[in-house]
Amino acid sequence: MKESMFDVSLRELKELLLRMSDLVERSIEIATTALEQQDPHSVHKVFSLEKQINQCHLMVDAQCLNLLALQQPLAKDLRLIVAIIKINTDLERMGDQAVNIATNTERYLKQPPIKPLVDLPCMFAEVRAMVRETFTCFVQNDVALARSVVKRDDRVDALKHKIFLDTLEVIKSDPAKIEQGLSLILVARNLERLGDHATNIAEDVIFAVTGEDIRHAPRVETMIY
Amino acid sequence: MSILHAKNIHAYFGTNHIVKGISLETEPHQVTAIIGPSGCGKSTFIRCLNRLHEETPGARAEGSVIIDGENIYGERVDPVSIRRKVGMVFQKPNPFPGMSIFDNVIIGLRLTGEKNKEVLASVAEESLKDAALWDEVKDKLKTPGTSLSGGQQQRLCIARALAVEPKILLMDEPTSALDPIATSKIEDLLSKLKKKVGIIIVTHNMQQAARISDTTAFALMGELIESGPTSSIFTAPRMQQTEKYITGRFG
Repeated sequence: MKESMFDVSLRELKELLLRMSDLVERSIEIATTALEQQDPHSVHKVFSLEKQINQCHLMVDAQCLNLLALQQPLAKDLRLIVAIIKINTDLERMGDQAVNIATNTERYLKQPPIKPLVDLPCMFAEVRAMVRETFTCFVQNDVALARSVVKRDDRVDALKHKIFLDTLEVIKSDPAKIEQGLSLILVARNLERLGDHATNIAEDVIFAVTGEDIRHAPRVETMIY
Repeated sequence: MSILHAKNIHAYFGTNHIVKGISLETEPHQVTAIIGPSGCGKSTFIRCLNRLHEETPGARAEGSVIIDGENIYGERVDPVSIRRKVGMVFQKPNPFPGMSIFDNVIIGLRLTGEKNKEVLASVAEESLKDAALWDEVKDKLKTPGTSLSGGQQQRLCIARALAVEPKILLMDEPTSALDPIATSKIEDLLSKLKKKVGIIIVTHNMQQAARISDTTAFALMGELIESGPTSSIFTAPRMQQTEKYITGRFG
């Protein structure tokens, strides 16, 4: 069946959102790799990517507004556009979190490392995978994958908690390490927020595909230590 | 408790089976919208709810419609008395030509034998107020109903239907011949009227159904595919055919 004008607009909107998610993924990759490899030289790319993400943010909102005003979508189309508006906000904030990680990395690497990074690389891997899976479930309308992303957020939260405690111990033993220790804690916090945004997107995908709103539903927490 | 319960309604034009076993219940103080593509039987169905369908030569209906605990298809039921309980407003405003605004409103009551001028005047005023037309016509009640604008004529028809104090008002595409301003007035009116009378409206305009109704029913090829709260039907319908129709991907 020939694509209607509305379907074409909807497809273009999804493509724009995917371009934006690709920029966000690259941005997170660069910011986290810089700290992991203790090489701050590439973080400037995160700042330029953020500008592109912000541009996409405005374009997606404008397209959604147009579709709502001109096409008056209903049912799954309406759910998809509402979900995209929310996903758009989460993606933009994910871009901001990547910038925060880049900034904290730059600050941290101005002096020699205060401790070997053990849990942070695990958290990097967990968050990157979570973000990748979130985008995959959006592209493929994969509700099962979206549900697994939501559960995965508990692992990210647990890792953040562990990094907080470990870094606090280091700071307590040597107050000269407070500033750098704080940078590590902030990075863990930024990663946790990335996990939250990825979770939001996964929840929006479930809503867009099924109409089910799973936000604020009680979850069994799986803390790992 | 429902104010109208249609059970397993079948309607035919000759050998053409138009409505195929539709059942529908409507609640008091609610607007029920019936949507569906042209020819799906939605207008025929509502014409079965006041026994108007059978007035067409060769047409017949089966099933039962319970109003006030009584089946309107019962053997001793007078169809005219049913139409007093179940009023109807049509697509095109149809004030009686040659009759004043006042006479148009009270014609139904006159036909029931009411002659008291004070009663007739009071009913006319109340009905015109309920139809949100009083302020516009109170100084020209003796002018012909046909002298009004299209939107005013349609509200006059609503006032005429209300004058006999129906339980239910059936509306068959009541705004399709009106401009957006007149349409908006009728839509506003329905939200007030439903406090007095149950409303069942057939509309092609899905945005209108979404705006004004509490319950929406989707009909397709003579069958009722799905009915439910309007907010659910337009955001997350259960049936794929409903989804396809309201997203414009039907056929």
